[in-house]
Amino acid sequence: MIRDITIGQYYPANSPVHRLDPRVKLLGTLIYIISLFVFKGFAAFVLAAIFLVAAIKISRVPFSYMVKGLKAIVVLMVITGLFNLFLTQGTPWVSFWVFTVTYEGAENAALMLIRLAFLIIGTSLMTLTTTPNQLTDGLEKSLHPLSKIGVPVHEIAMMMSIALRFIPILIEETDKIMKAQMARGADFESGNIFRKAKAMIPLLVPLFVSAFRRANDLAMAMEARCYNGGTGRTKMKPLCYKRQDYIAYAVLFLYLAAMIALRFVWTYLSALFGW
Amino acid sequence: MGIIKARKLVHEYIRRDEEGNVESIQTALDRVDLDVKAGEFIAILGHNGSGKSTLAKHINAILEPGEGSLWVDGYDVSDDANIWNVRQSAGMVFQNPDNQIIASVVEEDVGFGPENIGVPTDEIWQRVEDSLRAVGMLKYRTHSPNKLSGGQKQRVAIAGVMAMQPKCIVLDEPTAMLDPNGRKEVLKAVHKLNKEKGVTILLITHYMEEVVDADKVYVMDKGRVVMQGTPREIFSKVDELKSYRLDVPQITLLAHELRREGLAIPEGVLTRAELMEAIERICQSY
Amino acid sequence: MSIILNKVNYVYSAGTAYEIQALKNVNLKIEDGEFIGVIGHTGSGKSTLIQHLNGLMRATSGGIYYNGEDIYDKDYDMRGLRSKVGLVFQYPEHQLFETTIFDDVCFGPLNQGLSKKEAGVRAFEALNCVGLSEELYYQSPFDLSGGQKRRVAIAGVLAMKPEMIILDEPTAGLDPKGRDEILDQIAKMHKERGITVVLVSHSMEDVAKYVGRIIVMNQGEVMFDDTPNGVFRHYRELEAVGLAAPAVTYLLHELSERGLPVGTEATTVETAKKEILKMLASLEKR
Repeated sequence: MIRDITIGQYYPANSPVHRLDPRVKLLGTLIYIISLFVFKGFAAFVLAAIFLVAAIKISRVPFSYMVKGLKAIVVLMVITGLFNLFLTQGTPWVSFWVFTVTYEGAENAALMLIRLAFLIIGTSLMTLTTTPNQLTDGLEKSLHPLSKIGVPVHEIAMMMSIALRFIPILIEETDKIMKAQMARGADFESGNIFRKAKAMIPLLVPLFVSAFRRANDLAMAMEARCYNGGTGRTKMKPLCYKRQDYIAYAVLFLYLAAMIALRFVWTYLSALFGW
Repeated sequence: MGIIKARKLVHEYIRRDEEGNVESIQTALDRVDLDVKAGEFIAILGHNGSGKSTLAKHINAILEPGEGSLWVDGYDVSDDANIWNVRQSAGMVFQNPDNQIIASVVEEDVGFGPENIGVPTDEIWQRVEDSLRAVGMLKYRTHSPNKLSGGQKQRVAIAGVMAMQPKCIVLDEPTAMLDPNGRKEVLKAVHKLNKEKGVTILLITHYMEEVVDADKVYVMDKGRVVMQGTPREIFSKVDELKSYRLDVPQITLLAHELRREGLAIPEGVLTRAELMEAIERICQSY
Repeated sequence: MSIILNKVNYVYSAGTAYEIQALKNVNLKIEDGEFIGVIGHTGSGKSTLIQHLNGLMRATSGGIYYNGEDIYDKDYDMRGLRSKVGLVFQYPEHQLFETTIFDDVCFGPLNQGLSKKEAGVRAFEALNCVGLSEELYYQSPFDLSGGQKRRVAIAGVLAMKPEMIILDEPTAGLDPKGRDEILDQIAKMHKERGITVVLVSHSMEDVAKYVGRIIVMNQGEVMFDDTPNGVFRHYRELEAVGLAAPAVTYLLHELSERGLPVGTEATTVETAKKEILKMLASLEKR
């Protein structure tokens, strides 16, 4: 299950999307998500789908990877769908037992599912094509203005990148401690929820001890290498926009413009034909 | 003046109870004198808890001396104004390879130190390349550290220190968590840096085989320097070493035992070739 | 009583690009009361092998029989097996979690379903067996030194009264004295309690000194399975796979190659000394 989550995983390839500045991809994802929720209508979704498919094609990430990301949230999607389907008021369409499905409900459910699917695929596309380090760099640089009002942007970015580095190590460690306790007869599976929670103590205590020890060691190692916060630091890989990034911004702008235009056309047409 | 000079260095770990009263005082360093010349390869031996790691942390200004004085590359470590100079002159490699690699890509980790001290971007790239080449890890530059072996991770950590162009590297039990092949890799890299780049090395260890090629060996016990000399001088005192919870390499021990049996074998035999020669000489005398 | 492995195979991530065969057709028989050393470099399959012995890992194919019973039989009591075959992982001190040492050692026996009192008796015995002094029993395990913590962790497995104990590099990171203390304790336990011991180690010297039989793993296969003398006779083949014989074995072989009439069947300082003295005595007679 955990392995199915593609958000946060990186798919190494050398495509134009991979080479884009992370700031472009961050802003692009943001614009895309907003566009999904602000705009309605069939045409808007077709455009959003075209945009997504094109981006995936250019990124050279296999389509199956995107779908894998959806698997992890399939439960969430089903629940959202059902809520919309049954709890929306409106003109009844079909009804059985105590449930009534309305036209509006069916429409809402369909819309919501499409939105969620696009949202997950769009976000996975960003994380699949951007290394965690680029991502934190991009965030740090994009949010830099906030540091003027006292937000510790550099520190947050540093914490994020360290967390990303240590997640695989801690997962491995969890596995090791679990096995060691199982060798001492620990049982992590049977019993009710309270027994299970209690059974976690022999796993969690050593894990926390180890995480603190690692944090301590790491802080010392960083200090030993002259780390002294964000001031006076230079960058090995500074972010700077290239031609492709300006082109990407232009494409994003065009997408947004097209969405807005569609919206007006749609309203006009609906009014005209009385939809 | 040498690159590292300590005079009557004292460090105490003070444990306090909840009211702030002193519960116990543990003397980790007890009037330690140390003189290291630039370009030397120094080994510091001692059992776990003998104070050798505490000494190492002073050289990098992670700990401050309680009493006495310590100069690194001419900087007094007790003066807070010197901290960054000291840390740049004396780099440090720690025991656990996982807990000192900061970035998720090898080359970015090596660049971390230079970034911190404000080296311009182009020069960082140059330094990263040079350091990775010096430890033989250049072809792994874009790899994730998680996929490397212990010995490779330690070499990346050494490269990370080298990229700051220190005059001296302190290695605090860098091989304690490695397998024999990893240990060999790391030692080879360290010796190479010492010979080719003239970097002063302070190797802290309890593996006796690793100190055979050092210029000078210090032995620590209970926070004090209890023995010092060349490896040969140190290893000729097998019984004294054992009293400090240490031992000697198997060949040295065999030579020592044979000598005890009355054979004409010199004390402090370090290598197989030396012992061979000594035994052959005895055989020829028959 | 014995444990038999019949054509055991284990494949990691089967069916993906990362597929690795960690065990290949392993056939072994471990008799009651043996003291066995398992050697092999990192990634040779030795960790995978030992986790099969107590059922923590399940073979992809092949069978394992404990005292004649198939452990993969669906009615087999797997948790029971884990208390009969104790496994002490590498750096076992990382699994300590209770507030006192005594409680931590009780964890295993309590999981076996023993009463508090019985578990206490077991814990007392086990702690006594690893040689930890009694005034420490009610302290926090986190306040101990590295070597002491390790002994507590070993006691935690011993308290389950296993018929066989497997130790994965029990001396990693310890200083020479700490290493000898742990190994002597294990040897004593083997001798006095008659418990079967499997010792995984990187140190050929340690293995040669203590065990009666060595299993050499290489690329998932059993490469050699013989007495120490029998295994280290193949020192050239061992070298080819990144392993080595104890230094004294090399010395004897080199002496013999130079035409000296010395026996080469020795793997410890003691036996090597005897061989050399024997040779000198025979030369004297001539």
